[in-house]
Amino acid sequence: MSDIIVRTGGEAGDGIASLGETVARCFARMGLHVFGLNAYQSVIRGGHVWFQARASAVRPYSQGDGADVLYCLNRETFEIHRVDLRPGATIIYDPEKFAIAPGDVPTGARLLPVPTLAIARKYTSQAILQNAPGLGAMAYLAGIPLPILQGALSDSFGRKAGDVVTWNLGASADGYEFARQHSGANDRAVSPRGEGKLLLTGNQAIALGAAAGGVKFLAQYPMTPASGIMHWMAAHSRDLGIVVKQAEDELAAINMAVGASFGGVRAMTATSGGGFSLMVEALGMAGMTETPVVVVESQRAGPSTGLPTKTEQGDLRLMIGAGQGEFPRAILAPSHPKEAYQAAIDAFRLSEEWQTPILLASDLHLSENYATVDRDEIALNVPIAPIATASAPATGEYLRYAYTPSGVSPRSVPGQPGLQFVAGSDEHDAKGHLISDVKAGVPIWVAERAKMMDKRMRKLEGLRAAAPPPLLEGPAGADLTFVAWGSTVGAIRDAMPILAAQGISTNLLFVRTVYPLRSDIVRSALEGARATLLVEANYSGQLGQLIRQETGLLLPHRLLKYDGEPFYPHEIVAKAREVTGHGGH
Amino acid sequence: MADTSAPALRASTGPALPVIGKSDTKPTWCPGCGDFSVLAAVEMALKRLRIPSHNVAVVSGIGCSSNLPHFLSSYGFHAIHGRALPVAEGIRWANHGLTVIATGGDGDGFGIGAGHFVHTMRRNVDLTYVTMDNQIYGLTTGQASPTSMMGQRTKSTPNGVIEAPVDPIALALASGATYVARGFSGDVKHLADLVANGIQHRGFSFVDVFSPCVTYNKLNTFDFFRQRVYKLENAGHDPTNLGLAFQRAIEWGDKIPIGLFYTVDRPTYEDLEEVLSAGPLAQQPAGLAGRSTLLDEFA
Repeated sequence: MSDIIVRTGGEAGDGIASLGETVARCFARMGLHVFGLNAYQSVIRGGHVWFQARASAVRPYSQGDGADVLYCLNRETFEIHRVDLRPGATIIYDPEKFAIAPGDVPTGARLLPVPTLAIARKYTSQAILQNAPGLGAMAYLAGIPLPILQGALSDSFGRKAGDVVTWNLGASADGYEFARQHSGANDRAVSPRGEGKLLLTGNQAIALGAAAGGVKFLAQYPMTPASGIMHWMAAHSRDLGIVVKQAEDELAAINMAVGASFGGVRAMTATSGGGFSLMVEALGMAGMTETPVVVVESQRAGPSTGLPTKTEQGDLRLMIGAGQGEFPRAILAPSHPKEAYQAAIDAFRLSEEWQTPILLASDLHLSENYATVDRDEIALNVPIAPIATASAPATGEYLRYAYTPSGVSPRSVPGQPGLQFVAGSDEHDAKGHLISDVKAGVPIWVAERAKMMDKRMRKLEGLRAAAPPPLLEGPAGADLTFVAWGSTVGAIRDAMPILAAQGISTNLLFVRTVYPLRSDIVRSALEGARATLLVEANYSGQLGQLIRQETGLLLPHRLLKYDGEPFYPHEIVAKAREVTGHGGH
Repeated sequence: MADTSAPALRASTGPALPVIGKSDTKPTWCPGCGDFSVLAAVEMALKRLRIPSHNVAVVSGIGCSSNLPHFLSSYGFHAIHGRALPVAEGIRWANHGLTVIATGGDGDGFGIGAGHFVHTMRRNVDLTYVTMDNQIYGLTTGQASPTSMMGQRTKSTPNGVIEAPVDPIALALASGATYVARGFSGDVKHLADLVANGIQHRGFSFVDVFSPCVTYNKLNTFDFFRQRVYKLENAGHDPTNLGLAFQRAIEWGDKIPIGLFYTVDRPTYEDLEEVLSAGPLAQQPAGLAGRSTLLDEFA
């Protein structure tokens, strides 16, 4: 892949994320596809944060390996990242801040000392301009035209105007010009090509997809990395007519969402593993009362508080098993914002059709990082079916939980005359009457209980057929078949062409719905594979365990990562070479 | 795209539609339970206000008293333990044309659900919360509850309760509830008045009811309360004075007040949530068809 990778780092509070996002935005406006990685810590100031923007004409699915341009706002950034540069890389720094000894410069890299502080002082004595000259230099080296940089920078200030904007435009142009005079562009510098792309995070894509899928109510409690969903939705609440409620805790959040759904609107909540753990009981209530609800579970490294700003896929078993007893659910696991948008739409469609909770599994890597989509990849015109499907019966009484072949019963909502019912978290009969107290254990009601369980669980089989099936990407008969779910798919997709160039053909079984598993499709894909490699960001290979349970197939080769960091393509490549007998290259 | 089957506004419904009544499910409470009176009072209040049963949602948690929604002809949601209020809030925000009533016990509301109790009140959500406070866990056969009195011997406190009880009235006053009342199952007419006025009140209305458990609480019995309760309205209490309301709330001894402690007009959550100014959420259009300019922010 012909790509460029621009990286910048400094302390939390230095404005690294907005610096990186501006570069990523420029690439997107140039018509390039982008992946933007925002690496940060659970502190508001201090610590080391960095952002990496990778751009290419061909869509990158991960942050890629190494960097071509590295802008160091402090010495620590240089020390950490100098070992991870590609040949021909340029290191931007300000000698007034710290010195770099010639012997410390990595082989093949060159230094571009930019007087960022001196340039900034031309405009103001306030310490608010230091990033702009470095941004200009980065942009020049990467091949970003100055007008695109200035446009993106102006837009990043929004409606703010005045000196700060003018100074930033001036200082960034000075940095751009300085780099032009003192350096050539990077060998991998890109040029504009065609219509601009849209740049968004996984969380933004999920929120947008939920809105397109008809959500009218979101209740959420702040928790990294899911908070971005609430932020986007709250900012658009009035415009889109979506009620956004920051609840007192996750217990309230999901119960409010279930109540709103019962009340007649599509409703959702979003959280990470800790908050989801609190939601477990109400998830079962939604299953028992057959009330639709969409729950986004954006995973971060656990257990417990874990690593709040680092990624993991450690909650699959939790999501599958959440709640006492058994009830139908599905777990969708998109890998990229483009898919996350569609997954949110699918989640609402499935939840309404099957009247049961649907989980959308994300993780920090998907939720908080940036990627591009083409405008026509975001189809906003989604059919929204009516929520109430029941009408007054011609004879007899309305049975909210009527036995049907699919397990789905006609649903009424409060306000409809003559269709009143009580949604009970206790076991109930077709009418909704409890069979949990005086009737429990009486023979005819014993049979009724089993019949009602069968009815609900038939919906699991319906969901199995209706949810997005696993996809086999890449050539048939490949040397190696990767098996993955969620954001891990990105680095695999980027590793596949690298391996192909090395003469190793690979394909990928992307399990888009992890539960209920299409064991028929998984089994046929894996039985036909010459070799397999399970790739997951958790300790025990939870998808592999599920596949073993559902198909009896053991995936002997596993690449598991649980250090909080996302997968990089080179890690996938190395393991794939080893598994296919090409190790030790 | 509009949801054409969305429910109608309360105001647009005529009196021809059936008002609330009992359902065909008979209560399973012990004979003599105080909760029968609360059921009767809720039914009387709704009948008096002529609210059609299809425009009412009664929500409860878990406990003896939380079975109440099954005994009425309205919509109901019998939720999980302690979560009646957030479910009720969600229903109310989905369709604020509905009359939403939450019911439950002292364990449900002031123990496991205490956090929601406080937050629902400070939001002033326009719903009515009726608690059947029997100062004991009945359904689990007689353990101490958050309102059990100091020293009371129960299955879980054989040597007596050693923690101070929650005072639901004082807690409600402190949390910003805009209608705070207490009733007694021994006086159904008075209780029905309190509930009816609470339903008509714009904002969160709270009616805590002394509803004795005849099986597991041998201390706080009907007789216990009959000997002690007096009516605030007969004692010259000014229910618009928060300070005096607090004074009455902490009265507990030979004399225990019932009636309206406090009421005030304050904008409801639904008044202040701008999205709801366009009408009940369930009747508003959903989806993003034709909203392509929304994508410009990502360009």
